[in-house]
Amino acid sequence: MSTLDETHETRPETFPADGAPDLLYSEAEDDLRAAVRSLLTDRGDATASLARAESGSPYDSALWTSLAGGIGAAGLLVPEALGGQGASHREAAVVLEELGRAVTPAPYLTSSVIATQTLLACDPDDGGGGGDGTAATALLGDLAEGRTVAVLAVPLATGPDAPLPGTAPGGVIRAVADAATADVLLVLGDDGLYAIAADAPGVTLRAQTPLDLTRPLSAVTVDPAAFAAGTRVAGPDRAVAAVRGGLLAGAGLLASEQLGLAEWCLAETVRHTRERHQFNRPLGSFQALKHRMAQLWLEVASARAAARNAADALATGSPDVRLAVAVAQAYCGRVAVHAAEECVQLHGGIGMTWEHPAHLYLKRAKSAEIALGSTGAHRTTLATLTDLPAPRTPQE
Amino acid sequence: MTTPDAAELRRLTRELLAGHPPADTPVADFLTARFDAGLAWVHFPVGLGGLGAPRTLQGAVDAELAAAGAPDNDPRRIGIGLGMAAPTILGFGTDEQKRRFLRPLWTGEEVWCQLFSEPGAGSDLAALGTRAVREEDGDWIVNGQKVWTSSAHLARWAILVARTDPALPKHRGISYFICDMTDPGVDVRPLRQITGEAEFNEVFLTDVRIPDAHRLGPVGDGWKVARTTLMNERVSIGGARLPREGGMIGTVARTWRDRPDLRTHQLHQRLLALWVDAEVARLTGERLRQQLAMGRPGPEGSGLKLSFARLNQEISGLEVELLADEGLLYDDWTMRRPELVDFTGREAGYRYLRAKGNSIEGGTSEVLLNIVAERVLGLPAEPRDDKDVAWKDLTR
Repeated sequence: MSTLDETHETRPETFPADGAPDLLYSEAEDDLRAAVRSLLTDRGDATASLARAESGSPYDSALWTSLAGGIGAAGLLVPEALGGQGASHREAAVVLEELGRAVTPAPYLTSSVIATQTLLACDPDDGGGGGDGTAATALLGDLAEGRTVAVLAVPLATGPDAPLPGTAPGGVIRAVADAATADVLLVLGDDGLYAIAADAPGVTLRAQTPLDLTRPLSAVTVDPAAFAAGTRVAGPDRAVAAVRGGLLAGAGLLASEQLGLAEWCLAETVRHTRERHQFNRPLGSFQALKHRMAQLWLEVASARAAARNAADALATGSPDVRLAVAVAQAYCGRVAVHAAEECVQLHGGIGMTWEHPAHLYLKRAKSAEIALGSTGAHRTTLATLTDLPAPRTPQE
Repeated sequence: MTTPDAAELRRLTRELLAGHPPADTPVADFLTARFDAGLAWVHFPVGLGGLGAPRTLQGAVDAELAAAGAPDNDPRRIGIGLGMAAPTILGFGTDEQKRRFLRPLWTGEEVWCQLFSEPGAGSDLAALGTRAVREEDGDWIVNGQKVWTSSAHLARWAILVARTDPALPKHRGISYFICDMTDPGVDVRPLRQITGEAEFNEVFLTDVRIPDAHRLGPVGDGWKVARTTLMNERVSIGGARLPREGGMIGTVARTWRDRPDLRTHQLHQRLLALWVDAEVARLTGERLRQQLAMGRPGPEGSGLKLSFARLNQEISGLEVELLADEGLLYDDWTMRRPELVDFTGREAGYRYLRAKGNSIEGGTSEVLLNIVAERVLGLPAEPRDDKDVAWKDLTR
C-alpha cells in the first residue's frame, strides 16, 4: 500500500536548502530499496528464513552473495578507492529497512555496518599508532565485496557508550551476533584491536540458543595464541574510539531495521484484519481495533522520521549525531516491539502459531530492543547530552 | 498574464517595501498595500491578494518581508479567517463575496469566527440542528445554538452551517452561510471552561436574517463546502515549525535544570521518555514540511495533531507533579476573557487543564484515529445506519 510504503520521492541535489537534516528518501535510495526488496521477495521470505533457522545454518549464502556483491550493498559505507560503493549511511539504512521488513537473516548490520565502520576508523596511514592499517584496508575491500564477513566480538547488547568488555585473552565474550558465520573476528585486546581469522587456532565459538532465531549468537573465546596469530589493525589509542564509532553507526542504523520490521507488522495486521471476518464484519471495521492500528501507524510514521534523522546525521557527520542516534534508538526499539506485539495479538490464534511468521518478527523486535544499548541506556546518554541529569540521591 | 516566478516576486516585494517603508507606515496601511500588491497569499488570483503564483513561493516572500521588519497580521488573532474562511470563500464564493470579504479578512480589520459545533452535534457535525428557513424574498431566517466558538465576541463575521431541509438525510440538507455577527439576533455569551477562563462562547441565533447573497455554495450543498473548511483547519493545526525543546517540553526541561531539589528518579525516566517523544514529533513535523516542500504532502499531517495533544497532556501533567507543593496551587481562578488562545502561557496548573482540550478541539483524537484508520490504512468503516435516514427521523 502506497501510504505505508513511501517511494519515489524526488528532490533537488541540495535539499533541504535550510541546513535541516534531510529526512526524505532520494531517487537513488528508492532504486536501491526496489532492488533489495525484489531480491528478498524472490529468495528470502519469512517462511524460508524459518526453515533455515531450524536447520541450524540460518544464512542463505546465495542470498548473501546476491545482496552483498550483486547489488553491492555490503560496500555502501566503503569508499570507492577501497573497493566499495562510496555511498553513505543513508543508503545502508534503506537496505536495513528491507532486511527488517523481511526479517532476513543476514550479517549485514554486524559485518557491513558495525565491523566496516570500525575498520574505517582504523587509520590506514600510520596504522593507528601501532596497528597494521594496510591490513584494515585490505579487509575493508574484502568486506565491501561481500567475500568476507567480519564481526566485532562484543556482546550484542553493547551500546555505543557502554563499558567495553575487558577482553582479557581467554575470557568469554557472550552473545556475539553472527560470529558463527564470520570469517574474521575483530577483537579488542589489551593493546589494540585485532583482526583474527575465525578458524584460527585458539578461537573457540560455542553456539548459544538465541531468542531471535534469525540472528545467531555465540559465546566467543580468544586465546593468547590467536591474538598472536591475528593482525593488529589499531593501536590502543585508536581502538576504543574505532569500536565506539562502529557501535554508534550500528545503533543508528538498527533504527532503520526496526522501522522496516514495524512497517511489515502494521501492513500485515491491516491486511489480516481487513480480510478476516468475525461477528459478520471485517475485524478491521471495529473501532477498538482501528484505533490501535491508527496509533501504530502514527508511531511508525514517527519512527521513520527518527530513523532517517539518525541515518542522515551519520552520513553527514553531523555534530548532532550522538543525540540523533540516541533519540532514534530510544524511540524505534519500542515502536518495533509494540508493532510486533500488536501483530501477534490482532492475528488472534494464528499469531501464536509457529507457521505464521509473526513470531519471528516479535523475537527479532524484542532482541533488537536490547541490542546496541537498551532504551534505558540511550535515555541515560540523552540525559547527559541534553543536560537533564538524574537526581543526586541514589534512589527515592 | 504569465505566472510570476521567484525573481518577479522578489522584485514586487522590494517594490512594496520601497513604496511603504515598514518603519514609517501604519500597520493597517502596510497590510492593505501588501494585499493590493498580490503578496498576501501569492497563490490567490490577481485582485484578491494574490498573483496566481505557485503556493510554494509564499515562503520566500514572507521571509523577505520579515527580514525587512515588515509588520505581519497576527495569525492567532485571525486564524479562523485565514485558515478556514478564506480558502472556503475562495473556493465557493461569488466574485462579489470574494471582493467584499477577503481584503479586510486578510488585514485583520475584520475578525472571523466559525459557527459549526452545536450542543447536540460535535464530532457528529452533520447532525446539526440549527435551522435556516427561506423567506419569500429569498432571505434566510436562522434559529439555533452554536457552541465552542472562539473569537465570537470579537468577530465581525462568521462562517455558519445550518439545516435547510430536515426531510433529507443529514449530510444533504445543509447549507453554508456567512453570518453577520452584529445582527441583533446574534447573542454571544461567554462559556466558562475548566481553566476558569472564558476563552470560548456559546452563540444563540434567534431569527437572524441572512441575505441569500451571503450563502456560500448551492442550497443543500453545505456539507461539501464545510469539508473544505475542515480540511483546511486540519492542515493549519500542527503546521508550525518548532526548534528542539520548542513546545511544552522546553518549559519542564528548564524547570528540571533550574530546580535540582525537585528531581526524582521516577520523574526523570518519564521526563526523558517524553523528551524523546517530543523530539521525534518535532522531526516528524519537519519531515512533513520537507514532503510539502517537494509538493508531495505525506499523511503524517493527520497524525501530528494526535501526537501534540498527547504530548501536551502528558508533559503538563508531569510538570504539575514535578512542582510538588507548588503543583497544588493555581495562579488565579478569576474569570478572564483572553483574546488569544495561549496553550503554554500562565502556569503549570493552567497548562495541565488547558491541554485537556487539545484532544477535543479541532477534531477529537478518536475522530482523527478513525480518519487515519480509514483514509491512510484503508480499514473499513464501521457499519452505520444514519446515512439514508431523513435528519428529522434520527434519534437525538
